[in-house]
Amino acid sequence: MTIPTNSDSTRTEGGVDTQLLPSPVPVQLIDHHGEAHPDARYALPDPQALLAGYARLISGRRINDQANALVRQGRLAVYPSSHGQEACQVSAALVLQSQDWLFPTYRDTVAVITRGVDPLEVFTLLRGDWHSGYDPYELHVAPQATPLATQLLHAVGVAHAAKLRGEDTVVLALCGDGATSEGDFHEALNFAAVFHVPVVFFVQNNEYAISVPLKNQSVAPSLAHKAIGYGMPGERVDGNDLAALLSVLGAAVDSARSGGGPALIEAHTYRMQAHTNADDATRYRAAEDVDKWIPKDPISRLRTYLRGLSLLDDAVEEQFAAEAEAVAAAIRVGLNADVEVDPQELFAHVYTQKTAQLREQADLLRDELSREAVQS
Amino acid sequence: MTQISERAAAPVEAPARPADPSAAESTARSAATAVTFAKALNTALADAMAADSSVLMFGEDVGPLGGVFRITDGLTARFGPGRCFDTPLAEAGIMGMAVGMAMNGMRPVVEMQFDAFAYPAFEQVVSHVAKLPNRTKGRVLLPMVIRIPYAGGIGGVEHHCDSSESYYAHTPGLTVLAPATVRDAYLMLREAIASPDPVVFLEPKKLYWSKEVVDLGELRRAFEDGSAPRTIGSAVVARSGTDATLIAYGPSVPTAMAAAAAAAEEGRSLEVIDVRSLVPFDDETVCASVRRTGRAVVIAETPGFASVAAEIVARVQERCFHSLAAPVRRVTGFDIPYPAPKLEHHFLPSVDRILDTVDELQWEDGQ
Repeated sequence: MTIPTNSDSTRTEGGVDTQLLPSPVPVQLIDHHGEAHPDARYALPDPQALLAGYARLISGRRINDQANALVRQGRLAVYPSSHGQEACQVSAALVLQSQDWLFPTYRDTVAVITRGVDPLEVFTLLRGDWHSGYDPYELHVAPQATPLATQLLHAVGVAHAAKLRGEDTVVLALCGDGATSEGDFHEALNFAAVFHVPVVFFVQNNEYAISVPLKNQSVAPSLAHKAIGYGMPGERVDGNDLAALLSVLGAAVDSARSGGGPALIEAHTYRMQAHTNADDATRYRAAEDVDKWIPKDPISRLRTYLRGLSLLDDAVEEQFAAEAEAVAAAIRVGLNADVEVDPQELFAHVYTQKTAQLREQADLLRDELSREAVQS
Repeated sequence: MTQISERAAAPVEAPARPADPSAAESTARSAATAVTFAKALNTALADAMAADSSVLMFGEDVGPLGGVFRITDGLTARFGPGRCFDTPLAEAGIMGMAVGMAMNGMRPVVEMQFDAFAYPAFEQVVSHVAKLPNRTKGRVLLPMVIRIPYAGGIGGVEHHCDSSESYYAHTPGLTVLAPATVRDAYLMLREAIASPDPVVFLEPKKLYWSKEVVDLGELRRAFEDGSAPRTIGSAVVARSGTDATLIAYGPSVPTAMAAAAAAAEEGRSLEVIDVRSLVPFDDETVCASVRRTGRAVVIAETPGFASVAAEIVARVQERCFHSLAAPVRRVTGFDIPYPAPKLEHHFLPSVDRILDTVDELQWEDGQ
């Protein structure tokens, strides 16, 4: 990906700047056999960085498994799993600096936790206690978005405000392949390009929007090809290759930070599990199709690669597994405890000060609850 | 999307308010002049931008052109293209970007060029502007203002005359304001921009060129030193009366005032309440008036079914039942799409229709 130096350079007389186009095939630095392939444009990350990333993949997989179990136990209302997409999740968090912002969706729980947000605060949403549980300003993580693509515009706004103040902030905005069909996706990319703001749009193309396959969403050569229509560079990357993701996303973030403007990155990955536990994926895809992606798993290839470098052995693996288990255990313990949510909070945050009408309604509920308490 | 009509109605006189002695004094000091509703809004924006560098203004054609109604006239020249600027023609984009800017320390004011052209932004307004502060338990506040030239009476083509207030008023988390006077245009816009909560600010198009003698400098001082009374959540008695209460807001206030003046000639004393703050709603002022007069008619341009007018009727009857000598009535637009220019006068609440409705308030049955 070649980053234009300013927004005017993307329009050329009598033609288009083909340098905005993505690679013909997704960038891959470590194949699914664990073998590294040099790339002229993207350097293989430092092995120690990959080892640290590997530990986060193990933890991310464990979080996905733990959350699925907690749904079965009735402790979480629902969980949209990122099983198989952990490399996207981990890289999205690791390429950012502390002043940067992450705009996640409902499927990006692992990315939010990898960024450092307390998992129990993250699961406030999915356990049904409140619509979001963490302070977005603490680690610059927006609330997980449930509507599709609307958050991409908020990301543009955050970046625009930062740019107007001359701050050194990059915003990484996540969405899925289905969300690229939404109007807000188009408007966000266009606004980002026109205002030349530091946003990296990161599409995790996992081939399904609930039941609808990508071919029913778009017939573009790839989702990354859409970038040229906005005058921004697009790039495609193997979404199960942590090395390629760190390198490609890292380059886009660096470019945005140095005034290069926005970019669109599409990661080719696969949703290995159903949309959520409420979905039945057997109704719309064959088990054989899912099985094809098992050898492409993001963990196994990096494990082979790191073992080949002798950076990973049984002892280190045990250590990473223990760290992941500690995270899972903390989630289990935390979610097994019942949290009382004060019903008066229903009225407390609609406006900064309760209106007279909300004061009346809060009193009504308080009276009802106090009568119930007396009766019981 | 095309915007065909940039034309506002011929000048109409804004309703006079009962004389305020302090205002009269400042008039005597001669800084007061005849000011249009549009100029008051323009001055409020400029004053807010001068007072706070985080206040931004953006939308469609609001830059060098100054907006199709010229409400942002001169702001780009004075404050620069970083503070007042044109965006791509996409309302959801404008709204969503404003959300992000408000999240990140700015106080954006956005202009939706016309009422019905705000609808592409509806998801952003309902799902994020209104809900993000609650979603985050107040950790993220959205101090932003959505300015919407709204309502009809200007001979506009389709999609330029909707009374869309009920959609917004129905959405918890939004403050919804509809000024009717030049003085309120200034003070309410300043207050909206200063509010920590998101505000939908409805500007009656047909009043843009109405004039009132006000001292904008005095209003600026009164707002900035805190001596101006708060307008959000506060209705006002626009005309005192004893026999029945006309409850109106925005473009319907001058019509209600004209109806009250006509009724006075017929020997009937009508009080007029200018609601001006649809959300939060001032039950106290409205109900105090209805309890005094015993009769009420709610006037609004919007189709009446499931409308703000319907809500006001319900609230008054819930609270004032034993003070009422007649059912609370409504004079609203018909439940039809906004009509073509040659037919709109049939749709809009008129003095005659208001007076006919007042006549039907069961006067023969007592009181």
